[in-house]
Amino acid sequence: MSYTLFILLLPLISFLLIGIVDLDIPKTGKVWSHKVAGLIGTASLGIVTILSYTTAYQYFFCTPRLSDGTLPTLVPYNTTWLPLGDLHFDLGILLDPISVMMLIVISTVSLMVHIYSFGYMHGERGFQRYYAYLSLFTMSMLGLVVATNIFQMYLFWELVGVSSYLLIGFYYTTAPAIAASKKAFIVTRFADMFFLVGILIFGYYTQSFNFSFAGTVEYADNVAHFIPCNPETALVKNAAMTVLPISLVLMFIGGAGKSAMFPLHIWLPDAMEGPTPVSALIHAATMVVAGVFQIARMFPIWIEYAPQSLSIVVWVGAFTAFYAAAVACAQSDIKRVLAFSTISQIAFMMVALGVCLPGHGEHLNHSGLGYMASMFHLFTHAMFKACLFLGAGCIIHAVHSNEMALMGGLRKYMPITHWTFLISCLAIAGIPFFSGFSSKDEIVTACFQYSPWCGAWMTMVAAMTAFYMFRLYYGIFWGTENKEAHAHHTPHEAPWTMTLPLVVLSVITVGTGVVTTLGGFLHWEWASFGSIVSASGIPYTVHFDPVVASVSTVVAVCSILLATWIYKDEKQPIADKMYAAAPRLHRWAYKRFYMDEVYQFVTHRIIFARVSRPIAWFDRHVIDGFFDFLAWGTHKTSALIKGFQSGSVQTYAFWFFLGTLLLLLIMLF
Amino acid sequence: MISIDFILLVSTLMMFAGVYGFLTRKSTLAILLSIELMLNAANINFAVFNNLLFPNGHEGVFFAIFAIAIAAAESAIAIAIMINIYRQLQNISVDKLTKMKW
Repeated sequence: MSYTLFILLLPLISFLLIGIVDLDIPKTGKVWSHKVAGLIGTASLGIVTILSYTTAYQYFFCTPRLSDGTLPTLVPYNTTWLPLGDLHFDLGILLDPISVMMLIVISTVSLMVHIYSFGYMHGERGFQRYYAYLSLFTMSMLGLVVATNIFQMYLFWELVGVSSYLLIGFYYTTAPAIAASKKAFIVTRFADMFFLVGILIFGYYTQSFNFSFAGTVEYADNVAHFIPCNPETALVKNAAMTVLPISLVLMFIGGAGKSAMFPLHIWLPDAMEGPTPVSALIHAATMVVAGVFQIARMFPIWIEYAPQSLSIVVWVGAFTAFYAAAVACAQSDIKRVLAFSTISQIAFMMVALGVCLPGHGEHLNHSGLGYMASMFHLFTHAMFKACLFLGAGCIIHAVHSNEMALMGGLRKYMPITHWTFLISCLAIAGIPFFSGFSSKDEIVTACFQYSPWCGAWMTMVAAMTAFYMFRLYYGIFWGTENKEAHAHHTPHEAPWTMTLPLVVLSVITVGTGVVTTLGGFLHWEWASFGSIVSASGIPYTVHFDPVVASVSTVVAVCSILLATWIYKDEKQPIADKMYAAAPRLHRWAYKRFYMDEVYQFVTHRIIFARVSRPIAWFDRHVIDGFFDFLAWGTHKTSALIKGFQSGSVQTYAFWFFLGTLLLLLIMLF
Repeated sequence: MISIDFILLVSTLMMFAGVYGFLTRKSTLAILLSIELMLNAANINFAVFNNLLFPNGHEGVFFAIFAIAIAAAESAIAIAIMINIYRQLQNISVDKLTKMKW
């Protein structure tokens, strides 16, 4: 499967081509660079998508399983990039169930976004630059998921951070975009510092950057097999047991920054300043789940050496899920609602990983439910959230605003967007036969296995999810129509380049949903996500817990009905009454519980004023003062003695003569 | 034959006349003449000591000839410099020549 290398090379080549070459033909005066750049990017992404699907087909269906039923970990390509004695940094491609699944997610969503951008970015300044950045991002993200070791992952991790920064700041002439891009970069970089420290601790104590301890790569039958060596020797020898949890938690902080977990979430809502397709690709479907993917990647080590520390992941995730859902209920900017919804859903995945208990005995598989559920939710969420964001892009394209107040009643004008948006809303709300149901239900089941409180909490957050998503849906497509704005500029359906991706993504959402829902109830082995991804690698069939499934369905339906009751009609007396009853609560939630202000206070009033300013004073007065003193002393001394050089030749001659006489006297006596 | 003491006395007088002239004259032309005086005092010494130490040799005389040649070249350069100074300052007095300093 050496062709997998092209999955990384093609987007890199198209990035360099689009980014460096001026695609306009000089002197003809014909500006066609946007079309050519888009076509090159989309074509290379199309090939990458085909290669990814081929890889997935070959990996899942043609690769013989190992004797215990697990899929083998393949390393079709690996090279030592930087040897440092015993330690070495490798670059390569690693194929295992989750990386192959991620290849499919990334290439699909990225292709959809490439096609969509033809319509959305039509006539924008910097179209060529936009496609170059998209290619760069896709390459980095693909490199991140196929990384063979944690250090390669970190390299590409930073690359996705850079491309995210570039794309958020795409409209670099507007002040909010600049501020948002800087904020995103600084916050994630701050978190990545912890990630790097975690990696270095890990590498120092385990003498390896591999995902499992000190593994080797063995070539047989033209396929490289990744052989992890006995963890006991590596571990006991280095007494790494005590530092491993620390390094894993440090890595988790890095992941929390990238995945916008509380309190490092503040960059993601602002990142919505970027173009909407970028929000769909980077800030909903792929890059922000890198933190979840990182934990899933390190999961064998977590579960074996730091199971207690996983409770940190649960706590952070559970709180973030609730916090983001609460904020999402009060936002008026549709992209902000989706952004907070993304934070909440990623927190679901985090919680699912955290509640995954170590298996034992015959329950070895099912105890690993959380891992499977997390990865499954990652997959389904990427599809329906990308669809939601692209739908939001169509709406913004039509009404030229992000504010819900300027929308309302759009279902008549934009039927395709309306239906696909509804499908995705149903999926995220967790209605059976839509993909979100299957994955979220598994997460809630795993939470109930972990602790009833955790399960109840996540069920509540799932109910809030259904509520705010349908508040958004009714606010856009039903509710009070802003006739004044619509008369001025009649909304219209988007061109086919924009609606096609919506249809494709919603078909995937419905298709996955129908198959996995039926499969879960009827115990179809082939339709179970557990047959390809599971914590132990041993395939198993998903069985829905009928109690949990029915409870979560009822809760979701109730929330949707509640939202319908409140927000569907032209006049919304209940919403007004709710607002009148608790204006302060609404204001708090609308202002995101003043988290940005807290950050402002901590950074400006405490760190800048109390720490940075004294240090700056010391630097300016003590360090600089010392060197200023040296310069001042030299200057004064020279002023004192420079009169000696009078410019009068005869004075020099006189001194020269005296000197000669003196030398003569010395020589004589 | 004249005693060597008298000749050395003359050269010493010439030498110190040169030094005195160098330090006190204000005209650069006079300073140049003083330099020539000092050089010629040295040349006389070369010739005298050559006769005293190597009666049949000519090394000292050659030194004197070289010194005269170099002094001629040096005079040419010095006069060229003086012409340039005169063009700048309409004057060749060293009193006015104090610009070349810090």
